[in-house]
Amino acid sequence: MNFLKRFIRNRGAVIGLVILLAVMIFAVIGPTLFPQSPWRMVGRPFTAPFTMDRFPLGTDMLGRDIAAGLVHGARVSLLIGVISTIVALLIGVPLGAVAGYAGGFFDDVLMRFTEFFQTIPSFALAIVLVAVLQPSLASIVIAIGVVSWPPVARLVRGEVLSLRSREYVQAAVTIGQSTPRIIFSQVLPNTIAPIIVMGSLMVASAILLESSLSFLGLGDPNLMSWGYMVGAGRTRLLDAWWISFFPGIAIFLTVLALNLTGEGLNDALNPRLARGRK
Amino acid sequence: MHFVRFAGSRLVKGVIVLFAIAVLNFFLIRAAPGDPAMVLAGQAGEADAVLLAQLRERFGLDQPLLYQLWIYLKGYATLDLGFSYRQEQPVLTLILDRLPATLILTGAAFIISLVLGVLLGALAARRAGRWSDSLITTIALIFYATPLFWVALMSQIVFALKLGWLPNVGYETIGAGYTGLSRVGDVAQHLALPAITLGLFFTALYARMMRASMLEVAGADFVKTARAKGLPPSIITRRHIARNAILPVVTLAGLQAGQLVGGAVLTETVFAWPGIGRLMFDALIQRDYSVLLGVFFVSSAMVVAFNLITDIVYRVADPRIEVAA
Amino acid sequence: MGNPVLSIEKLTLALPSYADRPQAVNDVSLSIGAGETLCVVGESGSGKSMIAHAVMGLLPTAVKPTGGTIRLGGRDLLSLDPAAMLSVRGREIGMIFQEPMTSLNPVMRIGQQISEMFEAHHVFDRPKRSKRVVELLDEVGLPDPQRIARAYPHELSGGQRQRVMIAMALALEPKLLIADEPTTALDVTTQAQILKLIDRLRRQHGTAVLFITHDFGVVAEIADRIAVLQQGTLVEEGTGTEVLSRPRHEYTRRLLAAVPSLVPPERSKSQPKEPILLVENLEKVYRKRSLFSAGREVKAAENINFTLARGETLGLVGESGSGKSTVGRCCLRLIDPDSGKIELGGLRISDLSTSALRPHRKKIQMIFQDPFASLNPRQTIGRIIADGPIANGVSPEKAFERARELLDLVALSPNAIDRYPHEFSGGQRQRVGIARALALEPDVIVADEAVSALDVSVQAQILTLIKELQERLGLAILFVTHDLRVAAQICDRIAVMQRGRIVECGETAALFANPQHEYTRQLFAAVPGGRRFRNR
Repeated sequence: MNFLKRFIRNRGAVIGLVILLAVMIFAVIGPTLFPQSPWRMVGRPFTAPFTMDRFPLGTDMLGRDIAAGLVHGARVSLLIGVISTIVALLIGVPLGAVAGYAGGFFDDVLMRFTEFFQTIPSFALAIVLVAVLQPSLASIVIAIGVVSWPPVARLVRGEVLSLRSREYVQAAVTIGQSTPRIIFSQVLPNTIAPIIVMGSLMVASAILLESSLSFLGLGDPNLMSWGYMVGAGRTRLLDAWWISFFPGIAIFLTVLALNLTGEGLNDALNPRLARGRK
Repeated sequence: MHFVRFAGSRLVKGVIVLFAIAVLNFFLIRAAPGDPAMVLAGQAGEADAVLLAQLRERFGLDQPLLYQLWIYLKGYATLDLGFSYRQEQPVLTLILDRLPATLILTGAAFIISLVLGVLLGALAARRAGRWSDSLITTIALIFYATPLFWVALMSQIVFALKLGWLPNVGYETIGAGYTGLSRVGDVAQHLALPAITLGLFFTALYARMMRASMLEVAGADFVKTARAKGLPPSIITRRHIARNAILPVVTLAGLQAGQLVGGAVLTETVFAWPGIGRLMFDALIQRDYSVLLGVFFVSSAMVVAFNLITDIVYRVADPRIEVAA
Repeated sequence: MGNPVLSIEKLTLALPSYADRPQAVNDVSLSIGAGETLCVVGESGSGKSMIAHAVMGLLPTAVKPTGGTIRLGGRDLLSLDPAAMLSVRGREIGMIFQEPMTSLNPVMRIGQQISEMFEAHHVFDRPKRSKRVVELLDEVGLPDPQRIARAYPHELSGGQRQRVMIAMALALEPKLLIADEPTTALDVTTQAQILKLIDRLRRQHGTAVLFITHDFGVVAEIADRIAVLQQGTLVEEGTGTEVLSRPRHEYTRRLLAAVPSLVPPERSKSQPKEPILLVENLEKVYRKRSLFSAGREVKAAENINFTLARGETLGLVGESGSGKSTVGRCCLRLIDPDSGKIELGGLRISDLSTSALRPHRKKIQMIFQDPFASLNPRQTIGRIIADGPIANGVSPEKAFERARELLDLVALSPNAIDRYPHEFSGGQRQRVGIARALALEPDVIVADEAVSALDVSVQAQILTLIKELQERLGLAILFVTHDLRVAAQICDRIAVMQRGRIVECGETAALFANPQHEYTRQLFAAVPGGRRFRNR
């Protein structure tokens, strides 16, 4: 209850959540609103926005409906954002937890491994991975997951490391609880809050990453995506600015909403830190 | 003596990272669909049979995998990053041709964003809670959430195409034949838009980080000591808070160097900036894997070098590191 | 007394609405003359530190002075504008803080930080400043002051840093020195030196000292006059002898009575019983691992031997870094010793594997130092206590029923079982920690600084509880502490540790009456207020 109250008091977080919900609703009901494929050429090319009721946001150079593209793109962006974040969490959380709890040699090896992945320029790695594996939903998710897990591993390791030396964890050892039980009942529940916060921020950066890949032509060729739309319109910027403009706004709003929500969650879940920020 | 050992250990670490990336590259070629020889030739479909046979011979593609790896790594060790059969030039030559442009772009973007980010973040923290703080925080939040390539495109429309203030694309005015200072000025004009758009995201990032770091340090005990001395607030902020708050920002900036190179791919693509990012994009379109992986390797090497430099700078800036190392 | 240097009149400080009481400090009047030390004593939350910060003009923004005056040499500090206050801070009032480890800027040289004092108040030119810095460092007894001036804070020990803080605070010869718990974070021998230093300097310079502390031992050591604060109200004020020997207020009496005496109580000589815990040749070395250089070694335990019998309390006493905690934790195998033998009830637990040890862990339990960090914030009190029995195969219903009984045993309401740790005070949490340790019906309890984080009156209650439980249940207790007063009261025997070794071990009474080892004598001599509280 307290958590909700603190979250609602944060104006930015509420705005973020509202935008996010709107995007999610569009993504869910999109196919009912625009049952036709967004790839179909339905009107005259280069119809300017706000001039025809049928195409409120205009059409692109092939006469495809931009509004339809945006709504279908919302699905793709959210889907890839969430799934690749889950992939990154599935790699990062166990790795960080093991490194932090086991310590010593394991910790050293795992952290060197993590550092290696952090040193590699992540976007370049993502490009190479998608290019080599051929662009598809799966390869994009894998690429984003592979380049996004290191911060998760470091966060979880840090938390576990500090929790492990906490006196109540030592007390759990002395009363004879088994190691897995200690990890699951004493350590991990206390790391969930920061992981949730980080997860919501990671979805945002995954969406940005996906749109950048699509912009370069590395999107799944069967899925309409915001980044692809921006990229497709860029050769006709001067005479048809709207083709690139609207999808960019869509990415911006979604990413902003996720960041605001994530920060709101952070403040609500860590009231002590939030108060110090004043 | 300590310092030499420290620098040496970091150098060894960097070499290990580069070695690992070379190994990764080797396996990526094998992961690509189709015949590795075809992949190395950078061609799909009808390929020259003679060339393919040559490639098989040269990279020992009929030999066991470990032997192939050995050949491949030997090539990397002697700076032979392969040959682009599309552009009929060694990959290294292609990259070295383009590297200066990327170094100028990323260097300028890095300096702009670090200086601006730190200043804005510090200003916001000093005015925490007031309107100037809200303004800076909001702008930072906006640029933090805007896709880089889109900002690049939009600024291209507005400042180059509509307003005509700055050149649209390229590195310099072709055929103008500028020399000396006027050439520098010309390049600088071309550089302005790409560097600023690339730097915006990082400016936002560093500003947010610096603000948070300043506010955290402001609560430290030694700041209370400084206040108890009767120091004026401006000196406390500058000498005691900012000097300590900037350290984690520098660390982050060092870690973010890789992202800067990634961002360069996008900006160079939009502004037709003749750097390795643009080279990577062209290689991507042409499925020229040798070049693609070569750029990946070189950009990693750039990051490693950059991390090395920030590590050393950090060590100079923070006396405590000496104990920890 | 002539004109007081500082006179506080009817000071009231308002707390924000969400605080647990309306005022941090209510209607407090105090004054200090030149060369005089006034000790403001109180438990945590008494508002003593707020007074110090109010004088300095460094109150947290949420706390507002709503009444009264603070006069320093005739001027009311509360009515000064911020700019005028700047020139008061440092020049007329110097201040030192509790945490020497964090009170100095980590990236500035010591010399620069002191010389800033001159710079801020435009005193001396550059060469004169650096000369003065070295003189000051010398005056506070730092060795090789020239080198220290060039050093960074991390190169200095806690005691040295506190000396630097003192040098800084006194750099401009202020009329008033405020010391806010300046020795609380220090070891007892270092504390004695710092107290002596402060005392010497105020005599030499005629500085008035406002000394904030919770420790009556420290008060007895240095106070000319004493002010006792309870919940923001001044309950008693008088000269040192008056307040310490003839306290008028009930609260003061209670506080004084709670200070453990350095004289061990009479103990009936009981028959020597068979040892339940036996430690032989225990060794533990910490190595800092490093890839490229030979790591540094710290010997935390070296050739440690002792036994502990049923119903007996053995004190493991030493300063920080002496290895006492390491030894305590080795007995529980929370830390694995490098070599040596640990026998618990005849079972050699030092050789058991982690899984083989687990069923035997219940025989030896621990009470931790920090009442806030030792309870999982996400578990109910009942869960925390019942977890042990459940992990050892007791059914949850039985375990929770037992938890209720245990809460009763440690004098908490059994209804507390469904509540969370944050709803309890420090002392109550420590009772929960004790209940958790007792839930497994252990033979041995290791109490690691179990009362060190508590206020003195709560400390006395918990010590009484531990003693009672020991008598009732026949527990053997290994009592790890830095506090010789506590050790004198609760321990049957004491082992004194220094740098990983036991330098002396013996019956408490005999040890206190006639310490053999040089280090033990130093330790005893350093206990603050040792003379006054010895013969009570």
